[in-house]
Amino acid sequence: MSQDSVRVERAALETSREESRFRAVMNSSVGRNSGLVIALLIVCIVGAATAGDRFTSTDNALTILRLAATTGVVSIGMTFVIIGGGIDLSVGAIVALSSVWCTTIATQQLAEDTHWLWMVAVALLVGAGCGLVNGILIAYGNVVAFIATLAMLASARGLAEIISDKKTQILGANGIDVKGFKDFFTADILGVDVQIWLFALVAVAGWVLLNRTTFGRRTVAVGGNPEAARLAGINVRRHTVYLYVLIGVCCGIAALMLVAKTTTGSSTHGTGYELDAIAAVVIGGTLLTGGRGTIVGTVLGVLIFSTLSIIFTLNNRSFSEQSLLKGAIIVAAVLLQQRLASRSST
Amino acid sequence: MSVLLQMTGIVKEFPGVRALDGVDLDVRAGEVHCLLGQNGAGKSTLIKVLSGFHQPDAGTITWEGEPAPLSTPAKAIERGVGTIYQELDLVPHLDVAENIFLGHEVSVGGFTQRGRAHQQARELLDRLGHPEISPTRVVGDLSPAKQQIVSMARALSRDTRLLILDEPSAVLDQGEVENLFRVIHDLTRDGVAVIYISHRLEEIRQIGDRITVLKDGRTVATGLAVQETPTAELIRLMTGRSIEYVFPPRPDTALDRGAAVLEVRDLALAGVFTGVDLTVHAGEIVGFAGLVGAGRSEIIETVYGARRATGGTVTVDGKRLRRGSVAAAVRAGVGLAPEERKSQGLLLDQAVYANITVSSMSRFARLGFLDRGEERRQSQELTSSLDVRPDGVTRAVRTLSGGNQQKVVLARWLMRDCRVLLLDEPTRGVDVGARSEIYQLIRSLADRGVAVVVVSSEIEEVLGLADRVLVVREGVVVHESAATAIDEAEVLDLVMEGKVPA
Repeated sequence: MSQDSVRVERAALETSREESRFRAVMNSSVGRNSGLVIALLIVCIVGAATAGDRFTSTDNALTILRLAATTGVVSIGMTFVIIGGGIDLSVGAIVALSSVWCTTIATQQLAEDTHWLWMVAVALLVGAGCGLVNGILIAYGNVVAFIATLAMLASARGLAEIISDKKTQILGANGIDVKGFKDFFTADILGVDVQIWLFALVAVAGWVLLNRTTFGRRTVAVGGNPEAARLAGINVRRHTVYLYVLIGVCCGIAALMLVAKTTTGSSTHGTGYELDAIAAVVIGGTLLTGGRGTIVGTVLGVLIFSTLSIIFTLNNRSFSEQSLLKGAIIVAAVLLQQRLASRSST
Repeated sequence: MSVLLQMTGIVKEFPGVRALDGVDLDVRAGEVHCLLGQNGAGKSTLIKVLSGFHQPDAGTITWEGEPAPLSTPAKAIERGVGTIYQELDLVPHLDVAENIFLGHEVSVGGFTQRGRAHQQARELLDRLGHPEISPTRVVGDLSPAKQQIVSMARALSRDTRLLILDEPSAVLDQGEVENLFRVIHDLTRDGVAVIYISHRLEEIRQIGDRITVLKDGRTVATGLAVQETPTAELIRLMTGRSIEYVFPPRPDTALDRGAAVLEVRDLALAGVFTGVDLTVHAGEIVGFAGLVGAGRSEIIETVYGARRATGGTVTVDGKRLRRGSVAAAVRAGVGLAPEERKSQGLLLDQAVYANITVSSMSRFARLGFLDRGEERRQSQELTSSLDVRPDGVTRAVRTLSGGNQQKVVLARWLMRDCRVLLLDEPTRGVDVGARSEIYQLIRSLADRGVAVVVVSSEIEEVLGLADRVLVVREGVVVHESAATAIDEAEVLDLVMEGKVPA
């Protein structure tokens, strides 16, 4: 090899090293989500400017997190489904069904003196069961995810209405040891609500699952290139079922949080969760086409939306205005993402 | 002949890469101008500049002596530039006629005229020598070779004066290549200029008038007369080295042939192939030759379980594989490097190491948790030994050239210590320099006791690389012999019914 080409190669190697260092920083969760962190900071500054002390207080911070917790848990599950190349429109309905089913158990006479963990088990099982049905329809029935989960959206809420007779089921004095249930889910640890801890726990578990396990690696492979994943020996169908079961369990957890917070189970619980979760995942930088996304981004997305909600409430603005702004933010975030993506790919 | 297109000093930069760094090119009306260069030399970028997708950062383009910025694809088409891309750009759900006239539909007052469109489409297809393609067929159902014809019909449906063909022969077999050459001759006789890109020097000898060689984004030689430039000179210009790809020598397999590893008996896939018997021993390379569409790829995909066989058995080391189960095949130690590397083989946005370990993940997992350090270390060992460039297992596979991507696919199966390796078109899109390396690699795999099956459209490749050759015609194995017992002309005679060997 001539000296020239050796030199050229060495120079190329050095630039590629520098490049890879830069890339390593940009690829880390912090680097990739720096835009979202800045966005969240801006939102907070707006909050502090318009609502002053009422926004900057610790209590308010907890309020924001409490608001974020329920949809947050669902959004973590949604992140997996979307990275895996799917979508789940039925999350809100599954939350409703889980809440109704577990409160039904709790208020039955024969359930007296039964431990409240049964409620937890029922909620999680109902969520997982709905997810299983979704997953089997999508993976083995070859039904498009959009349609299969749309059908689940309709039928799960319908079933919830039938079970509850369209009534709000209030956790009463009889039945399961409701006090224990409420005490657990509404307690605080170190001054922070259990619900917030739960969200944190689910987020951390989600991060580990996505980034450190075979399950996570397979999720990315299945969403990024299902054909290549299949030919590499991954059971794409089975994995798809797992993904929907996972989000179903997340819905079950969210249902328990809602039931504890409101002390009711209702077929109207969780309305609009699908949109909130998808919006948070998308502005968090997860590609709707699958194959790429981060848990950190989703958490930031959830926090941005819940902080905005609180700011609107503190300033006595209407819910309608809030929705309007939410829509605008989603569009802006996606436009921005596309520009960033096209710059990094060329 | 008058100069149709002149490009001078074209520079195109992308963040971090200078893809074109001073390209000169002049194309005359009525000539076939061949563009040669290794992968990454800048051919694809140059084409995109010509078709108006990219704007050059410096340099001038003149069209018939006038400055002509090709600022959008529409402007380029208006000038008469027609491009047939390597990855075909047809709408799969539309029919042939609709694809041909996409963007300039035959219409009156906004209403499409299907009858006239079909008739014109038929005329174009006739002219291209493929009257059997019906204008009403849905394009997605056609073979890649036929899709390419549709693509050409689309270019001809406009008043094309410069036709760019990017590796058109990659999806074609010998007979179809000849038809392509006939079409090109007709076009150049009418004064159309053709830019022809191919890795196959023998094709360029046959069809080309002049050659421009690109290397590292620069024109290193232009206007070389095809007939007067020796192959060695061209390879020297392209590589800066003076090597031709050579096939590794065969070991004396007759003496120490290992045990039979892969045994296929009476395998069938309804409507595609029937009665395929195949035995591959440890350390042996078996090649499949045949036309594109003869069922070669389908056979190995069925062996792998990616298609569910409708009859017959596949056994590996005496154990019978479950039909239609890739997982069973992978567990038994079978690996596949698929034909479409990008869409079937690789996770393009994932790191090199993740692509290598994807089929052996459990080895790096404890209770589902991956040991990423170990993954990277072992992947690094493999990529170093295979000389994957650029080095570094954390970069995205997308950034590698075709040859290096293929090495990553091979590394995946090396990582698993697989027993049987099925390779579908292992050197498609791989440049001349990297080819010999891939051949060496395949041979060294066999020497380690792997049973290798190779499918290739290039007869020369099958004959040069394999120990034993199976010739497939229309889903039936019509010949089996040692690779040295048959020559290219005989294989050609076998695969092309009714044709006399050249």
